[in-house]
Amino acid sequence: MKLRMAMKKVFTVSLAGAVVLSLTACGSPKEKKKVDGGTSTSSASNPSDEGGGKEVTLEFQQWWGVELPDGALAEVCQEFTDKTGIKIELLSNPYADTKTQIAAGAAAGTMADVVGLDGSWVYDFAKQGSIANLTDAMKDVGYDDSQLSDQIKYEGNTYMIPVVNFAYPMYVNMDILNAAGVSKIPTTWTEFQDACKAVKEYDSSIAGWAIPLSTESPSGIQNQFMSWLWASGGSMLTDNNKPNLTGNSDLEKTVEFVKELDEAGVIAEGAYSMKEPDMVEEFTNGRVAFMTDGISHLTTIRKEAPDLNFDIVKLPVMEGFTGQSGMDVANWGIGIAENCENKKEAWQFVEYLMSPEVNAKLSELANAFPGNSKAEPDYSKSDELFQKTYDLFQECYAVNEFTGLPTSEELMRTFDEQLQLYLDGDTSSAADMLKAVQEIWEPAFE
Amino acid sequence: MTKGNRSSVFKKKTTPYLYLLPTIILMLILLIIPIIMVVRYSFYDNVIINKNPVFVGLENFKKIITDSTFLAAIKNTFIFVSVSVVAHLIIGICFAMLLNTRYLGNKTKGIFRVIYVLPWMFTASVIAILWKMMLNPNGIVNYLLQFFNLTSQNIEWLGSRKFALLAVTFINIWSGYPFYMISVLAGLQGISTDLYEASSLDGANAVQTFFRITIPQLKPILISLIMLDFVWTIQQFALIWMTTGGGPINATETLSTYIYKQGFSKYQYSMASASAVIVLIICTIIAIFYVRHQKARD
Repeated sequence: MKLRMAMKKVFTVSLAGAVVLSLTACGSPKEKKKVDGGTSTSSASNPSDEGGGKEVTLEFQQWWGVELPDGALAEVCQEFTDKTGIKIELLSNPYADTKTQIAAGAAAGTMADVVGLDGSWVYDFAKQGSIANLTDAMKDVGYDDSQLSDQIKYEGNTYMIPVVNFAYPMYVNMDILNAAGVSKIPTTWTEFQDACKAVKEYDSSIAGWAIPLSTESPSGIQNQFMSWLWASGGSMLTDNNKPNLTGNSDLEKTVEFVKELDEAGVIAEGAYSMKEPDMVEEFTNGRVAFMTDGISHLTTIRKEAPDLNFDIVKLPVMEGFTGQSGMDVANWGIGIAENCENKKEAWQFVEYLMSPEVNAKLSELANAFPGNSKAEPDYSKSDELFQKTYDLFQECYAVNEFTGLPTSEELMRTFDEQLQLYLDGDTSSAADMLKAVQEIWEPAFE
Repeated sequence: MTKGNRSSVFKKKTTPYLYLLPTIILMLILLIIPIIMVVRYSFYDNVIINKNPVFVGLENFKKIITDSTFLAAIKNTFIFVSVSVVAHLIIGICFAMLLNTRYLGNKTKGIFRVIYVLPWMFTASVIAILWKMMLNPNGIVNYLLQFFNLTSQNIEWLGSRKFALLAVTFINIWSGYPFYMISVLAGLQGISTDLYEASSLDGANAVQTFFRITIPQLKPILISLIMLDFVWTIQQFALIWMTTGGGPINATETLSTYIYKQGFSKYQYSMASASAVIVLIICTIIAIFYVRHQKARD
């Protein structure tokens, strides 16, 4: 009996000891970092500072590697390593997985040192304190931020820098339009509606326009819905970035415009479960005449459907609008984790990616527009439609009002749900729908 | 007792614990501690986001059970789980009996065994992509329905509030029945033929034999399967998320998608934890029944 008791005690103490040791190991931030030739990373910095005694490895988590040509990002990072001796470990996953992993890392304090960010995530990560204040990082090294085309801020400080930007123009299937007898590319909403109706009359199996409204990935609200509002100079926010949906006549007209398209039966079927890639597939297969989509998909469409005769144009605008149009942009942003132990080296890496030469190279590789205003990408080898989009982009102003908003994705999702209720007839008017969204959105801004 | 004997007894007693130690440590780190953390989070206001969270007692639970979306998620989860489990059971038994029949040759049975088990071989993402394509308004399912004049227009299986839950449940049934089929088939092969011969001599017909011999003999396996399937199905996330994302509106919102959105979209980790605790309680109750049943069986 005594032996049994003693055994229990020994076992309990051993177990507790093992758990404490294990937890200590898990909790130690030192273990996360991979340092070659050193046992501790806490003092690791630029090899030049330490006489080359230690090498720093930075984890760089992003979705870019998956979307760029094979090995392109690794090559860019290798050049950085060759110059500085700082190694970059790429953690590349698709966009949705990256978001989940970064959010989990933010919650657990184990975020990768440098992270690819979407503008819609910034507010929440900055508020959590999981991404570092880049304004301070720039001040520390005396970086001239006037060369950056944009900076995503939270409470006046920069937390994300857009590395490259993707414009969202309108793709038009010219063969469908020609066959449907539409000779002029629509420039106003009425012309657009007429063109869509003509397409539907020509062939009922072809949709005029497609909008992805899946609530799994509700980005269709910013890229395919709000882009109509922004193209006509409208806004969904007040001057101090609060929701301005109730009584917003431009937004009401936009909602009604989409409702009219839906009632006319010209929107591609399955919109409520459609995601952006599904929409691109519909367009690529010649089942949709118009779609608003990112320029990043141009290469994919060319590859999948080399014979598809399509053009890229600006979004049609509201009747009577004559001002400058806004063009929706999405971007690949970059930030530094607050838990990064080598912020100086991490900033060096960010600065390298934002340098005019590297930024230009990344823009060329990604079919995107540079985040550094001094970068001069050579688009001469790019698709002529890409060059055309670049020209159209210059005529417009870049806009995405969801960038930097609190719980941005959730705002899109709730707007999406209310829009679906309105399209299904559960909500009686666009004004009521927008009022409902305003009420849902407001607590997030408090 | 001599010193040597004592040492030998000590070794004998400690050895099993030493073998168990790595597993216990792993379970503590990967299972017990996260569970304790989640339970703790559920009693605080927004943890992680809020650097100094405050203890709020049952406030998060109150908010959740009065949230209409959560109530919709409960209702949808109940339908999704109960229909899936019943359908898995019926289809699994039917296919297992087909594969156990003496009227088919071994080769034929082997071929069908492979065909029937195929859905179980696919990962959730493959299943989601496959069925999204088939259930697309322009997909093969609508084409076949129209070809056989069963419908005159395209049905938005995953995009309409009327059909989405039905479609997602169907996909889950399709992907999950082989587990039942294989387990029941193993059970059927273990039933003594003497029982069937005796019932035949007693003049029992096929239905009587099925309900009086087959089902009672399979009962222990079936109960285990039902309980395991209940727990697995209530946790189903990937399939629903990748096909509908819980939509349209909240037509396919289940507890798993609700928890994900609370955590990774709204960044309300305490609310997500409170919802997870509710699921944990439900699954624990089922697990207790399962363990009791297993013990009684042993």
